[in-house]
Amino acid sequence: MDIFLQFDFPSILLGVFAALSCGLLGNFLVLRRQALMGDAISHVVLPGIVIGFLFSHATASWPMLLGAGGAAIVSVLLIELIRRLGNVEPGAAMGVVFTTMFAVGVVLLEQTQTAGVHLDVEHALYGNLESAIWLEAYSWRDLFNLSALSALPEDVKLLAGVSLVLIVTVLAFFKELKITSFDPLLAASLGISPQIFGLLLIVMVAVAAVAAFSAVGSILVIAMFICPAATARMLTDSLKIQLWLSSLVAVFAGVAGYLAAAFLPPMLGFDGSVSAAGMIAVVAGLLQLAAMLFAPRYGVVWRRWHLQRSS
Amino acid sequence: MTSTASLHSVTHNGRRTDHEAAAANPFTVQGLTVAYHQKPVLWNVSFSAPVGCLTAIIGPNGAGKSTFLKAALGLIPKLSGETSVFGAPIKKQLARIAYVPQRSSVDWDFPATALDVVTMGLYGRIGWLRWPGKRHRAAAMQSLAAVGMQAFAQRQIGQLSGGQQQRIFLARALAQDADVYLMDEPFAGVDAATEKAIVDVLHQLVVSGKTVLVVHHDLETVRDYFSHVFLLNGQPIASGAVEDAFTPQNLQKAYGGRLASTQLQGLAAAAPHKA
Repeated sequence: MDIFLQFDFPSILLGVFAALSCGLLGNFLVLRRQALMGDAISHVVLPGIVIGFLFSHATASWPMLLGAGGAAIVSVLLIELIRRLGNVEPGAAMGVVFTTMFAVGVVLLEQTQTAGVHLDVEHALYGNLESAIWLEAYSWRDLFNLSALSALPEDVKLLAGVSLVLIVTVLAFFKELKITSFDPLLAASLGISPQIFGLLLIVMVAVAAVAAFSAVGSILVIAMFICPAATARMLTDSLKIQLWLSSLVAVFAGVAGYLAAAFLPPMLGFDGSVSAAGMIAVVAGLLQLAAMLFAPRYGVVWRRWHLQRSS
Repeated sequence: MTSTASLHSVTHNGRRTDHEAAAANPFTVQGLTVAYHQKPVLWNVSFSAPVGCLTAIIGPNGAGKSTFLKAALGLIPKLSGETSVFGAPIKKQLARIAYVPQRSSVDWDFPATALDVVTMGLYGRIGWLRWPGKRHRAAAMQSLAAVGMQAFAQRQIGQLSGGQQQRIFLARALAQDADVYLMDEPFAGVDAATEKAIVDVLHQLVVSGKTVLVVHHDLETVRDYFSHVFLLNGQPIASGAVEDAFTPQNLQKAYGGRLASTQLQGLAAAAPHKA
């Protein structure tokens, strides 16, 4: 049990918080038809990450997240500026800004000699979920022991903090996020600015993507922005319930995915384990598939059955 | 309300005229110019909605009717122009305005019920950091009943017919309890029964002293539904009571060659002959 608590538990926490923060925001991205924004924004924020890193000299840190948020704001403003001044369509303006920001990030990386730090390809794809350890933990009671909790890996604490901030922000501005996603014209006519809440969403997405990215890699980040939200959408017609369900799906995928990665291969007679981040994404994908097939009312099976019965 | 106003008029003569001028001008647009990519859509449009009247904004496709509403409300960028609502800049008077966008401007697959959408009309006055409560849902329910849609309150909006969706939008505007109603094509793609129901509600609004402005497409029904018209084609062509402004000459000016002369005569012939 100690071993589970010290080596597996912190990794599970990491996966759960990463899945939760991305999964929650994914609801609004999917509804606004900006599902791949999470992917795009994780490139745009590179210069912000590098600058944040120069201040903090750590990969998982609040300065880095601030840098990411700042870079997201700069890129959204640049897109708007180019769109208005250059008379080009939004897609083209985004393409120009995204690639330029990423290029600036690469140059910054080179020039500041931070290139060697943890930003290699393997790391970026799969993350390092498994490397989280909590050696100060001896029993489950340590979960309520502040000094033991403070010895949790920095990654875990940061992602927990990010999750909390994001959940509170979404709860606080739920009705504004809802109305600006559904009917931006009405929102504007009521004095609720769609631009400001669009920007808030993008900044939150950037922060969540960057916080989760360094821990779990880009596969899981992209999967988590889309799968839990899309799964939950099949199951309910209420946005409020959809937010809860998607959070539940994200947490379940985090726990089940890690456990399956760590314990399933040995049980099946294979040596070692598989990538936890990859497995979490697989579980999320399977849940989505199940929902698409079997969800009441929106599932393929249900609709077939209903069609047959009514004909 | 009325008694305080008359009290003021006794004590401050100067303010009385201000009050009256403001009350007489629920929605006034001055010198509105809008361009998309350097191509002007609206050119120096000025218009004042007649108070307590039902006015149709008519003009050919691409005349800038929807753009006029959006730009006047400040929802899209404009090159110049001011909008005042009851004598004050519109930015300060948003609570007195209810705007109904085109039905096609939103995604009806959105996870929301009819009641959810109507409740959104109240978001402006719920205030920051608050969620809609029982009181707001009850008010939304009343508005739904006013358009005969209370039975559909818990229905997901995508499962409603076009006419029902338009009624939901109307109910949302009613929930806003405004003084000025601006509607963008509320009759687009609705069934005859819904059209009748919407017209009835609009007439009730006017009877209770509200000012209603509707972007309208169907010239055949202008005389039946509206008391005033505003003809627009990039520039303002004419505005006023239907008898005065809805004339073959003005229609010809607004629509150019797009209306056949037989059509024009038909529309003119529908005029009541009092002489």
